[in-house]
Amino acid sequence: MSAPLVELAGIAKGFGQGEARVQALTDIHLSVSGGEVVGLRGPSGSGKSTLLNVIACILEPDAGVMRLAGETVWEGGWRIKDLRALRRTRIGFIFQFHNLLPFLDATDNVALAMTLAGTPLAEARRRARALLDHLDVGRRAHAMPAKLSGGEAQRVAIARALANRPAIILADEPTAALDSERARVVMALLRQVAREQGVAVLVVTHDEKIFDRFDRMVSLRDGRIEADQRTCAPA
Amino acid sequence: MNLALRDIRHKLGRFLLTCAGLALLLGVALAMVGIYRGVVEEALALSRALRAELWVVEGGTRGPFAEASRIPGDTREAVARLAGVREAGSVTFQTVEARVAGTAAASAAGAFRDETGRERIGASLRLQLVGFELDRPGGPPATVAGRPPGGARREMVLDRSARLPVGAVVEIAGLRFTVVGLTARTVSSGGDPLAWIALRDAQEIQFRLNPPAARRAQAAGGAAPSQDTVNAVIARLDPAADAARLAEELRRWKHLAALTAAEQEEVLTRSVVERARRQLGLFTVVLLLVSGVIVALIVYMLTMDKLREIATLKLIGAPDRTIVALVMQQALLMGAASFALATALVLSGKDAFPRRVALGPEEVAGVGLVVFAICLLASLLGVRAALRIDPAKALGG
Ligand SMILES: Nc1ncnc2c1ncn2[C@@H]1O[C@H](COP(=O)(O)OP(=O)(O)OP(=O)(O)O)[C@@H](O)[C@H]1O
Ligand SMILES: [Mg+2]
Repeated sequence: MSAPLVELAGIAKGFGQGEARVQALTDIHLSVSGGEVVGLRGPSGSGKSTLLNVIACILEPDAGVMRLAGETVWEGGWRIKDLRALRRTRIGFIFQFHNLLPFLDATDNVALAMTLAGTPLAEARRRARALLDHLDVGRRAHAMPAKLSGGEAQRVAIARALANRPAIILADEPTAALDSERARVVMALLRQVAREQGVAVLVVTHDEKIFDRFDRMVSLRDGRIEADQRTCAPA
Repeated sequence: MNLALRDIRHKLGRFLLTCAGLALLLGVALAMVGIYRGVVEEALALSRALRAELWVVEGGTRGPFAEASRIPGDTREAVARLAGVREAGSVTFQTVEARVAGTAAASAAGAFRDETGRERIGASLRLQLVGFELDRPGGPPATVAGRPPGGARREMVLDRSARLPVGAVVEIAGLRFTVVGLTARTVSSGGDPLAWIALRDAQEIQFRLNPPAARRAQAAGGAAPSQDTVNAVIARLDPAADAARLAEELRRWKHLAALTAAEQEEVLTRSVVERARRQLGLFTVVLLLVSGVIVALIVYMLTMDKLREIATLKLIGAPDRTIVALVMQQALLMGAASFALATALVLSGKDAFPRRVALGPEEVAGVGLVVFAICLLASLLGVRAALRIDPAKALGG
């Protein structure tokens, strides 16, 4: 395995003040390397979304050190000025519901992510088509999101997450809206891109039917890492 | 890739419907501006039609449009003799209730309709009478139908907004006048059509319409009930003459006062139609404010509607300017489309209004600019909301 792309050391995050204070994350140590697909599970309220939001740089931690793609991002404060630029170029997102923009067709949803990072539109569209072909939704390249099936939409969303060749992909319940067959296909795709492109993939999931699809499974409870186990994922 | 346009195209029906509604509102605001300009223009129409450079009126008054002004009929000769005065003419002004009596040819038959097919015999009609002397200042501008006045008694040149044809017969205070010519855009400050008749006829009408009590008092008092009074003398000047200086000179004459054309227009817009003008102006401002609030609400709602999309955009790293552009461009496009529609509506329907709707390129451009500013301002609410959206909303779950 290559160098870790996500490195958290002693990360803590609390909400509210005084009596109402909730310690959502306590002393989190976590590292995910390129090519790894790591699952994140835990009961409701255990801090999964909070952890994902911290790694996505949309929530500021209270303590610890966070390094992403080799750069120190948080240590006593944000170390990077343009967090959106960081998200744009280093992190891909996949959501429970695909969150494609309803007014753009599949190709342009993917191409938009590239144009935001400065790729000229024509080239962005060409690369978007290639990505969609690669993820086996090339036939639906000009369909509007509302006309896509759940599985197709999730593939388009994966294509968008991959658009700018990110170092890290964060996914929040990407298979919750899919049946087990399609969930397995989506997971297989994520594994495939992780291997091919050396991306670190972190997936929040409740979905037991895909628990065996991860290289590692991290379990959270009350904001602490309870277990971090290597699973015997298929090759 | 323009997100604003793509989003509009995606929900075109809703966008157009919103624009149609907004267009009606902006149309009303635009029409108000036109009516406002129309009132001012109509107020000036009479004084402009007479092309007076100097108004000689009763001492201590501000002329026949502001209050009652009566001066002796021979004032005109005295004014005409002044150095610098090229020509002068006596005029009378009077608002009367006239009755349509028919046409010269068909009055016996009694069958008479105007161009709209409406039966007009016996219909009453408010007119602003102008009594004038032939070939002296005070006559009508060029006629658009029929012929100019020929100087005969009992002839009338009438504004075409009275909707009477050449040849119509109109009865005023028992006297019958035949319409020989029509003019355009010549109305009083109240919007009544102007009707030019011979000065002698006008004086006869003034005498006949005098309240009977006043006439009896005149008779009893023995004071010579001179019929030869007029309301003003209007003068045109030599090119080199100084109107202000002449007015100053005339004010020194007993019983007389004088106004330059500019002063007369000032009186007409400042005092005669001031209230109507202010009322309309205020109403226009209120309408534009209401439009602003509605645009703000629409833009805010459009933004809230895209909460998830905007959160997603932020999460995948779209800079704020992309999001601000999305919201503002939609607001401006909506304003532009609505305003274009409103302009088309009002311009095609403006002749249906009973009073003049004066909308030139200047007024349209002015309102357009205001609408642009309103949309820009109103979209700030939406922009603020959009910038506050938490990107974590996109992750959901
Ligand atoms: N913005 C916030 N303000 C206050 N408390 C919060 C906030 N976000 C999360 N919390 C609290 O932090 C704790 C962890 O929440 P989090 O959303 O991370 O849980 P989760 O593991 O994602 O749960 P679920 O499986 O239900 O999505 C909870 O107790 C929650 O109430
Ligand atoms: Mg959650």
